[in-house]
This record gives sequence, structure tokens and C-alpha cells, in this order.
Amino acid sequence: MPFDLPFLAESFAALLRGIPLTLQLAALSVIAGGFLAFALAFMRISGKWWLDAPAQFYIFVFRGTPLLVQIYIIYYGLSQFPMLRHSLLWPFLREAYWCAVLALAFNTAAYSAEIIRGGLLSVPAGQIEAARACGMSGHLLFRRIVMPLALRQMLPGYSNEIILMVKSTALASTITLLEITGIAAKLISVSYRTVEVFVCAGAIYLAINFLVARLFAWLEYTVSPETRRPEEHHA
Amino acid sequence: MPDATATPAVALSGIRKSYGPLEVLHGVSLEAREGEVISILGSSGSGKSTLLRCINMLEVPNGGSVAIQGEAIALDQTPGRTPRPRDNAQVNRLRAKAAMVFQSFNLWSHLTILENLIEAPVHVQKRNRKDCLAEAVALLDRVGIADKRNSYPAHLSGGQQQRAAIARALAMRPSIMLFDEPTSALDPELVGEVLKVMRDLAAEGRTMLIVTHEMAFARDVSTRTIFLHKGRIEEEGPPSEVFSNPRSERFSQFISRENT
Repeated sequence: MPFDLPFLAESFAALLRGIPLTLQLAALSVIAGGFLAFALAFMRISGKWWLDAPAQFYIFVFRGTPLLVQIYIIYYGLSQFPMLRHSLLWPFLREAYWCAVLALAFNTAAYSAEIIRGGLLSVPAGQIEAARACGMSGHLLFRRIVMPLALRQMLPGYSNEIILMVKSTALASTITLLEITGIAAKLISVSYRTVEVFVCAGAIYLAINFLVARLFAWLEYTVSPETRRPEEHHA
Repeated sequence: MPDATATPAVALSGIRKSYGPLEVLHGVSLEAREGEVISILGSSGSGKSTLLRCINMLEVPNGGSVAIQGEAIALDQTPGRTPRPRDNAQVNRLRAKAAMVFQSFNLWSHLTILENLIEAPVHVQKRNRKDCLAEAVALLDRVGIADKRNSYPAHLSGGQQQRAAIARALAMRPSIMLFDEPTSALDPELVGEVLKVMRDLAAEGRTMLIVTHEMAFARDVSTRTIFLHKGRIEEEGPPSEVFSNPRSERFSQFISRENT
């Protein structure tokens, strides 16, 4: 295969235009999915079966089926329901963009809920008890003690999830969206030069996820000063 | 000297506590007067820690009542249901009056020692942060670890952590101190430094209830010793009397075993 530098540069420039959409899909779904994940995690640890059971079922379904299938069901399936077509949500749900966001958000919520639950359960019971013994409870206890301790356990797993989400946005290309992978597919259909285009696309995902990983490494470092060597924070 | 006529600092009356079908406290009554240092002894499973934890509602008794400085804690003890306090705000307020020191220290690992000390005073008691900081430094100085104030708990020895935990309890300006086996998780050579701090507190005339296995400490420091056996008070009195002249067979067995 000839190494066609001008073609590579051209493809790369075209693919760069997909970055904003890729980032939007990832960011919106991570934010929306994050809220849903918190709700699901609290349902799971509520100790009430009628909250736990639906959350467990949700997680079972969304973790147990392929994201691609979920995207198709939401994009092609929802329009089958006249009730939805006539609802206020239809202007959103008929857009591939919002269907992709919805599917990605539903999917990440299932995984993130388990990460959050794991983090919350990892908080040492003794430290919660000490806080109670000091007169803390409810929101104060959660904000000052439980959440900061849980966050430290959640971050490594959650960074994994975000990286997966960035890559998962590629599936949005299957429902007409022209994010990085969508543009790549379009370029290939014209040029038939699969390898060059996908190598460029892969490089862009790699760069984005490098930044995500660095961001989380920095976050982890920032929120856990107690894990550093004593000399560092004395200085 | 404790004043026998004044309102007791802690009044427990007929405390019963069960876990499922197992009753671990069978109606224990105990009054701690202002300034008393009460050591609570007993073998494991005797219910001594549970009794202590009933005072600040970390365990909610199924029966009986608890009063802190004359204020009875309102409890919902409907039979067949999990007992619970009726008013969480009241419990939180009284918990700050009866501070607890735990066997496993339970310092908050994400906060420095100084932050551990000011956490409850600033966020629960809503006191001025600057004053709290100054007071916290003085307390750390008192327990001998002022130089560790900016360290995190993980970087301290067990003895230092427990001294920090005592300082954290003191930072709430409690009128009562509850100690739940404060030296049981420590290496033998670190026990002394914690007991010394507790001795100083006792000498100040603080009201203290101490669940402990340290016989010598109980004998020297406490004004009264309680021996629990299978959820009942088996022996009670000034240590000078009960240790030299135990009335109960079980207590005399207990002290002879502990002394060997």
C-alpha cells in the first residue's frame, strides 16, 4: 500500500470536524447517565426491596444487552408507539442525535450505578459511626464524610467507564450521525481506503482518551492527599 | 467529689437490647454522676460495649430509658419493630454532649488530624472556625501530638491515632466521655501513652465511662467499677472494694484470670 501523506492529512482534517459531536455525545450522556446512576445506586443500597429490585432489573437489562441493540431499539423502535409520536418528547426522540444520547446515557447509568454503589459500600463503617457519634447525620454526613471517602474508591473505575463511553459514541455512526467514526465511514465509502482512514480515526480517539485518563489521574491525585508520602504535604 | 443529689450525667434504667431472638442486655440500670469515672468490665459477649453504645444511641435499646444530664431520649420501642429514636435532632444534640472514643480509632482518613478535630465543632456545633482551630491545636498539644496536626491518620502510629481520637472527642467540649475499649487495638508498648492521657482527663474530674480490659487502669483510675456478665450487672462498687473483696464468684474468677 503506498504511503499517501497528502491523503492522510486530508482525511485527518476531515475527521477532526467530528470531534465536537463525539465529545458532545460523550459529555451529555455521561452527565445525564451520572444523575441516573446516582439514583440507581441509592435505590440499590436503600435496603428496600421495592427500590432495589427495579434498579437491579434495570442494570441487568442494560448491562446484559449490546449497546448497539439498545441504540437500534430506541432509534427505530420508539417510533412504533403512536403515543410517543404524539407526545411532547417526539421532537427530541425523532432526532438521531437525542436517541444516541439517550441510549448512551441509559447504558452508562447501569455501569456507573454499580461503580457508585461499590464506592459507597467501601466507606469504612467505623468512620461513618464516628461521624454519627459526633452528631452528624443525613446530608451533612453524606457530604462531609461518606462522599469524599467513596469518591476515592469510585474514580479509578469511573475513569474506565468514561473512556468506554468516548469509544462507544462510535456506534452513533450507525444511526446516521457524523461523529468521528461516521465521517470515517463516509470517507471510506468514497475512497475505499479503509486502513488509512481508520488509523487516523483511531489516533484521534487515542488522543481524546489520553486526555481523559490524564484528567482522572490528576483528579485522583488531588482528592486523595492522604495517600501521598507524608513529606509531600508537609512541604 | 461527685455530688449524689445532683442530676446524674448519665442515667440508664432497665436497658434491654436484643438482636433478633438473642437478648444481650437483660435490663441494666446504671447512673453516672457528674465527675465519676466508671470502668465497665466483663468478658467478651457480656454486653459491655453494647451498653456503652446505648448511651449515645449507636445501639437503640429495645426497652428501658436513657437520660443524658436529666434529658430523657425519646424512643419508639413498639414491640415487634426495630426500636428507634423519635427525634433525630435530639439524638444528634445529645451525641455531641457524650463524645465517644472507639477501639479502632475511626479517624476520618481523608482529613488531616487538625481537620478531624474541627469537623464536628464547625459543622455540627456551628462554632467559629478560627476559634475551633486554636482550640484544636491546644488539644493536640495536650495529648502530645501537636507536631502531627497536618498529617493524615494513616501516617500516625496506633497510639498517636487514639490520642488524636481522644482530642477529637474533646474538641466537641463534651460533658461526658465514652471509651469503648480504647487500648484493645494497640500494640502493648503503645497502651501506656493512651492510658496516660485518660488518666489526666480523669484527674480533671471529667465524667467518663470506660469499657476496658486494663485491670490496673480500672483499679487505679476509676471511682466505680461495674462488672457485666451475660447482660447483667454482676458486681458493682468502688474498685478498692470490688477488686480486693469481690462478692461475686464470677468476678473473682474474672480478675484472677486476667491477672495471670
